[in-house]
Amino acid sequence: MTVRVFVTLKPSVFDPQGRTIADALHAMGYDGVRDVRQGKYFELDLDADTVDVAKKLADEVADKLLANPVIESYRIEVDEGEKLGSRS
Amino acid sequence: MKFAIVVFPGSNCDHDAYHAAKHVLGADAEFVWHKETDLKGADVVILPGGFSYGDYLRTGAIARFSPVMVPLLAFAKTGGPVLGICNGFQVLLEVGLLPGGMLRNRSVKFQCEHVYVRVEALDTPFTCVAASGQVLRMPIAHGEGNYFAPPDVIETLEANRQVVFRYCDARGAVVDAANPNGSTSSIAGLCNEQRNVVALMPHPERACELAVGSVDGLVVFESTVAALTGDGMLRTG
Repeated sequence: MTVRVFVTLKPSVFDPQGRTIADALHAMGYDGVRDVRQGKYFELDLDADTVDVAKKLADEVADKLLANPVIESYRIEVDEGEKLGSRS
Repeated sequence: MKFAIVVFPGSNCDHDAYHAAKHVLGADAEFVWHKETDLKGADVVILPGGFSYGDYLRTGAIARFSPVMVPLLAFAKTGGPVLGICNGFQVLLEVGLLPGGMLRNRSVKFQCEHVYVRVEALDTPFTCVAASGQVLRMPIAHGEGNYFAPPDVIETLEANRQVVFRYCDARGAVVDAANPNGSTSSIAGLCNEQRNVVALMPHPERACELAVGSVDGLVVFESTVAALTGDGMLRTG
């Protein structure tokens, strides 16, 4: 089962890279871009039979390794299509 | 007395630390590979600078799971002196021996230059022979040295006087222009509550001989010797 994990800096934490990208976009004339926050994206291929098991496992590895809870938060999405064998 | 210098895959200041301990200070020193499960009877442990595991994922995030971290945690818990330099600081944050985390420098650049730091606390095994408010000139070389902790943690650090080094100008004034990376409260170095675990982003081991431009880092190593041989341990200040 494929699980997607999105890690971003917490809203209260300054993101120097996101700011630099936003500044670059403004310099390019994209005034409609208010702000940019940069993050990390992981695809986990998990040996899990149910969505609940997959979520629990992904939650554990995100908390222990993928994200640093001091500065980052994360969000998990489970791709149920693979389990159902239909969605691509 | 004996220094252990932990070597992770990607450490690149391990030899500088070894050289400072062994050849400049004349102390016993030994490298300890990160797969080892003991610290070779060392009296003090250095986690050196570098790029452990290529800085993959986050600085220090993977090194903190190395086997050597088990005896290191036990050593630290029983009061053993531990010094984290640069990447060593990042590893100590990831493993939770020190609070907070490192963000990308606010310049979004790898900063490689000499900076000044002010010694803010003398009651640690790495600053006990420094003068109160002494200004040290040492090099930095990092991309992620922008220290961050939430306001309540910063408040606790200040209340407990756990800030050991602060970026300053040549005269010792803590001003934003002298903060090379955007660190909260100009924090360049910290200690734990027990004060035996100290870490800093600047490199004292690369400032121990005139040939490399500064000898200001010597005071860190001399403090360790004084602390461990009982001559200078834990003056309050």
